Amino acid sequence: MIINHPLLGPRDSQEFTYLGDASLIDRPDWQAEDAVDRFYDYLYERENPAGEHRELWFHEQGDRSWLVVTRNTLTHEITNVELARDVARARGRGK
Amino acid sequence: MSQINRISGGQIDRAKSLNFTFDGKSYQGHPGDTLASALLANGVRLMGRSFKYHRPRGLLSSGSEEPNALVELRTGARQEPNTRATVAELFDGLEAKSQNRWPSLAFDAMGVNDKLSPFLAAGFYYKTFMWPKAFWEKLYEPIIRRAAGLGSLSMEVDPDTYDKGFLHCDLLIIGAGPAGLAAALTAGRAGADVILADEDFALGGRLNAETFTLGDASGADWASATVAELANLPNVRLMPRTTILGAFDHGIYGALERVSDHVAVPASGKPRQTLWRIYTKRSLLCAGATERPIAFDNNDRPGIMLAGSLRAFANRWAAVPDRQVAIFTNNDDGHRTATDLLAKGVRVAAVIDTRADAPRMADCELLAGAEVIDCKGRLGLTSITVRLAGGQTRQIACGALGVSGGWNPNVHLTCHQRGIPVWNEALAAFVPGTNPVGMSVAGAANGTFSTAAALATGAEGAVRSLADLGFKAKAADLPPAEDAPVNLSPFWYVKGASRAWIDQQNDVTVKDVKLAHQEGYRSVEHLKRYTTLGMATDQGKTANMGGLAIMAEMTGKSIPETGTTIFRPPYTPVPIAAFAGRSAGADFRPVRLTPSHVWAAEQGAVFVEVGMWKRAQWFPKPGETHWRQSVDREVLATRQSVGICDVTTLGKIDVQGTDAAEFLNRIYANAFGKLAVGKVRYGLMLREDGMVMDDGTTARLAEDHFVTTTTTANAVSVYRHMEFCRQCLWPDLDVQIISTTEAWAQLSVAGPNARKLLQKIVDAEHDISNEAFPYMACGEITVCGGLRARLFRISFSGELAYEIAVPTRYGDGLIRAMVEAGREFDAVVYGTEALGVMRIEKGHAAGNELNGTTTALNLGMGGMVSKKKDSIGSTLSEREGLTRDDALNLVGFRPVDRSRAFVAGSHFINKGDAANAANDQGYMTSVAYSPNLGHTVGLGFLKNGANRKGEILRAVNPVANEEVEVEVVSAHFVDPEGERLRA
Amino acid sequence: MHYSGFKVIKEALTGHKGWKPAWRDPEPQDRYDIVIIGGGGHGLATAYYLAKEFGKARIAVLEKGWIGGGNVGRNTTIIRSNYLLDGNEPFYEFSMKLWEGLEQDFNFNAMVSQRGVLNLCHTDAQRDAYRRRANAMRLNGVDSELLDAEGVRKMVPFLNFDSARFPIKGGLLQPRGGTVRHDAVAWGYARGADMRGVDIIQNCEVTGFRIENGKVTGVETSRGFIGAGKVGCAVAGSSGRVMAMAGINRLPIESHVLQAFVTEGLKPVIPGVITYGAGHFYVSQSDKGGLVFGGDIDGYNSYAQRGNLPVVEDVCEGGMSLMPMIGRARLLRMWGGIMDMSMDGSPIIDRTDTDGLYFNGGWCYGGFKATPASGWCFAHLLATDTPHDTAKAYRFDRFRKGLMIDEKGMGAQPNLH
Repeated sequence: MIINHPLLGPRDSQEFTYLGDASLIDRPDWQAEDAVDRFYDYLYERENPAGEHRELWFHEQGDRSWLVVTRNTLTHEITNVELARDVARARGRGK
Repeated sequence: MSQINRISGGQIDRAKSLNFTFDGKSYQGHPGDTLASALLANGVRLMGRSFKYHRPRGLLSSGSEEPNALVELRTGARQEPNTRATVAELFDGLEAKSQNRWPSLAFDAMGVNDKLSPFLAAGFYYKTFMWPKAFWEKLYEPIIRRAAGLGSLSMEVDPDTYDKGFLHCDLLIIGAGPAGLAAALTAGRAGADVILADEDFALGGRLNAETFTLGDASGADWASATVAELANLPNVRLMPRTTILGAFDHGIYGALERVSDHVAVPASGKPRQTLWRIYTKRSLLCAGATERPIAFDNNDRPGIMLAGSLRAFANRWAAVPDRQVAIFTNNDDGHRTATDLLAKGVRVAAVIDTRADAPRMADCELLAGAEVIDCKGRLGLTSITVRLAGGQTRQIACGALGVSGGWNPNVHLTCHQRGIPVWNEALAAFVPGTNPVGMSVAGAANGTFSTAAALATGAEGAVRSLADLGFKAKAADLPPAEDAPVNLSPFWYVKGASRAWIDQQNDVTVKDVKLAHQEGYRSVEHLKRYTTLGMATDQGKTANMGGLAIMAEMTGKSIPETGTTIFRPPYTPVPIAAFAGRSAGADFRPVRLTPSHVWAAEQGAVFVEVGMWKRAQWFPKPGETHWRQSVDREVLATRQSVGICDVTTLGKIDVQGTDAAEFLNRIYANAFGKLAVGKVRYGLMLREDGMVMDDGTTARLAEDHFVTTTTTANAVSVYRHMEFCRQCLWPDLDVQIISTTEAWAQLSVAGPNARKLLQKIVDAEHDISNEAFPYMACGEITVCGGLRARLFRISFSGELAYEIAVPTRYGDGLIRAMVEAGREFDAVVYGTEALGVMRIEKGHAAGNELNGTTTALNLGMGGMVSKKKDSIGSTLSEREGLTRDDALNLVGFRPVDRSRAFVAGSHFINKGDAANAANDQGYMTSVAYSPNLGHTVGLGFLKNGANRKGEILRAVNPVANEEVEVEVVSAHFVDPEGERLRA
Repeated sequence: MHYSGFKVIKEALTGHKGWKPAWRDPEPQDRYDIVIIGGGGHGLATAYYLAKEFGKARIAVLEKGWIGGGNVGRNTTIIRSNYLLDGNEPFYEFSMKLWEGLEQDFNFNAMVSQRGVLNLCHTDAQRDAYRRRANAMRLNGVDSELLDAEGVRKMVPFLNFDSARFPIKGGLLQPRGGTVRHDAVAWGYARGADMRGVDIIQNCEVTGFRIENGKVTGVETSRGFIGAGKVGCAVAGSSGRVMAMAGINRLPIESHVLQAFVTEGLKPVIPGVITYGAGHFYVSQSDKGGLVFGGDIDGYNSYAQRGNLPVVEDVCEGGMSLMPMIGRARLLRMWGGIMDMSMDGSPIIDRTDTDGLYFNGGWCYGGFKATPASGWCFAHLLATDTPHDTAKAYRFDRFRKGLMIDEKGMGAQPNLH
């Protein structure tokens, strides 16, 4: 596969390491009343869609960016690649 | 030996002769020959035996679809099994052997299977061999295994090398027949980066096998003129002998180039084969078509082959199986073979055409509406039996029969991403359906069979593909060429035929397909799996359609309703070695060497693999004959005086920024916020699931600058995890990290004299006295007269110890300087074994304990998981299953009888309990002989172990039938109060 | 119809006219007591044992395509019970014992061949871990042996002992491990279930669930509504897709592609199953002569049933590192199957929150060897509403409770299991 790195252009997926669903960005609040449940849901449960999937790839053999790749799990077609840091910020993560 | 069946013409170089042997017998051929054509020319029709019935077999085809003529090519370590004689280019000295027969090809004892065939029908083995129960492994299966298989491996290491390469292009053209050449001309002249690949050694495809003219030139001449033009275009890369083996995601194609298979031994420095990964913007599949046979009784006899192949052998290779042939066809194309052979002076006894209204096209007898129903000639065809239109039968003597049931477009690559081909009624064949993104199809592969159409669609395909990329290409001017329509009446097998072969290699007959239907194996996949149809080395290229058609007839459904099997890569089989390339044997993975490696090698160190690293395991001294002598000496010398060890392999991560401390606070379970500048702290890192991920030390070099270490094994994954936390979880923390593992050479100096030794090399202005540089201090210093270095007072061994780091290029100098400085203290350099012994003596957890299933609680460090802050893993570490009262705790063990030894991997069983899983109390993780204590010591996880000190248990090792009584003790065997490391 | 050598001979002499379909091709009935979704190995085995061992009747297996078309028909055919952890080892040993009597039990030769499974180790730490595992097996009454390098050399002298990047230090051998002809497992169970009255309905795709008042009452299918007292879902690889139709949108499972490979037929070279401990490569040789081998999953979520070149190359590199004499053997065919990769590498056989809906999945790439026990235990759960003793750890809530069964110690990252 080829991942079109937002900073570096098209790169072979072999340069990357895969983590999984981009929802792993949405780490819960440790002080919430039901923190254990939230963390359980965050860490263990997956939507696992047959179709469009937002997922985390790490450019390990490259610039060490974490990317959020939108890829179809039925066809492997990639329709969007973003810097995970930008996605995280857009989802309200900061310090 | 004369080439009795060599005829005139052909694209062989008769000026040169090549000697070769087949089954030990010598023959001659010419450059341009394949092994198959040369054998035919020499009058050899019998070339192999079938898989199951060991039926005598000759060539079915002239190309890579060949199911029958498989040979063991070459000898010794280069012997390769199952090579299709049709794709083996002849070279001088070639040696080939027939395979899967004993004692000889002409007389094969296993041929008895053919006589037993009624008992060996499709799937018979699923219904028997069940009793007596023990007989399967002991009797039945060994017999089957010995009988099965085709060729054999030499069992030697292949002396050849294999390369891998990467190519990029605008347009990959797959197949260099008329469509591919027209496409390449069009795209090449437009200036696009073009790769034209073909599995054959001669580019031109069917143009080399036909007598058609293109304009004024013969097809072969037009092809070679076109190839010559293409070869002069710098933007076109011609790749003959290159099979595109698979279409993978995003326009990436795998290709195998047979660089040296056409010579006896690869030229010096040349690989045997190269595996290419080709990155394409567009591809054009011009892979042509494969002819399919018609099944009739005994249609597998040597001499019966595809009509197009018979013609190819005659036209391109000037070879025929026999001087008297017949043709059996259901379409016009079969007649061409008759015409061409007649032109070559070969007698064509008759053309038998299943169509009642068959046109007369060749100047020989035409039997319209007739069928070949049987034939004779066990080791080589002698005659065929024809059922005439009127029903009467007639024997026709012939030594070869060309059979044509029509042609199947080579849609394989269009299916590699699970595209489904679609049925074309006029061709009675599947044509490409949905293609992989970026791929188009032209020529016969797309079902346009005439030469003119192939040329035109090839050129158009190139224009369209390039238009997508912004090129304004103009279709190349193409010569006029034959444009005959496809006239065909589907005919798959002769009615009433039974032992009529569909899949020749796997011996699947019409009868077997019908039996599969009778027994309910009706889905094409069940048919394939039950009968093995299409699972031979040719992947059913000539067989699948026939099987499918018969099944469709049996079920009363149409062929497309019945389905098609999925075509999977590779297009033709690829040696495993080619996929591995150079990453084999000792070069499987790169080697990482420590900065002291050269020095250690000079000392005769024994090295051990630690991940990709090679580390010194121990340093034997003269007279030491057992590794324990060396290790005990290194341990004792370190604990008594001082030892040095290269610990560069530990991961080092530089953490900087105003939020660096906060960042560390979150990724470690314990707190880092209050760590003073100039101090080091042990850190326990959890995964989000609460399991211990890694541990290490973190030194604060400045308010906003830390250096973190990881274990050797986890250096990469911890760094990745930290980047995840930094970029994905807390993107606005002001923190930067970088791995500096390879930037710093790091040596551990341990033992009572460690400080004294260090003081000899640390520059005098740096005070490293116990007061100025206490336990857990760190600092940036200089050594050896100004070389910048970092010093950490940390200890893995439990001794007064330091780790000193210098830029990597000074690592070799540092070890030599340290050894020199240590001479007066009888300093030793110790390896990973002594390191391991000392850490076990001290009770430090390492890889065996940090096994991914252990928590801080298990390790006795539950108190380190701060509940006052958010850190990775702290929340889920509270789950009930991880905080049970009887949780495993890491404790120490010693043998009750100190003279006894135990081993890691033992399990603990209470005294008096039976040794079984229900009574399992835990397991021993690490064991060493402690030269300081004079007995074996161990670390292990024991249920509720923290509260069981003093208890006597059994360490059982049932796999070796051993058990040892052990006492539960503190994990800190040496210096439990930690006085030595603070000294 | 009973299969036997005698029957084969009799049919051979009478033109094979007497063979009957291995299973019927029934029209679906309006309602069954138990509907199993998924005509793979696990679903068919479940139906077989429900009928045979638990005396249940009115059972249907619904298969969207052809039976045995999922992972039971695309795996590397290995069986073994060499697990480490309490939650796993008794279950896989139960499975092994069922394998050992399977062919006689269902009267179909699935070529269960216990030629041994050898896991090689290349470091001292790996050897220690294997010893722990070998002993855990022994404590569970399972056969295991720990070989040193010489022992390995004696057994498989053709491995690369001299120029290996990672030297062979020994191996964990389970002599009772081996291989089974994978398709025959599906067919044998199908035939056995069919003979006991189970309706096996192919080309019948489940398109929805009918759930009333929190209880499942049947399934919508491409062949109409089929009522059901209980519904068991055994569709590993598609678990997420099918469960989503029942309103269960999140599972502790990801779908990943695993590729497997077979070479052209070769005369016998490899006696049993060998796995490389320093790379991703495991291999055996089929009775037909092909080397059947595999490695790691591709590593990214996928339902595409096909993989990519990097893993192909990685697997072959492992093979060439371990046994360089296979280099000139040609890889004939590669294929991809979709794995239910669970969050701890272990499966789930459990009830769901919907009354009457039961789940069997999360097999990662170890589901084939589990087929008999999975079927038996799922049948047990469906028939009795209590988990079988050897499968009681395979609960959904184990992650919530921190009771993971993590053989590899990789944590909640499915592609590492």
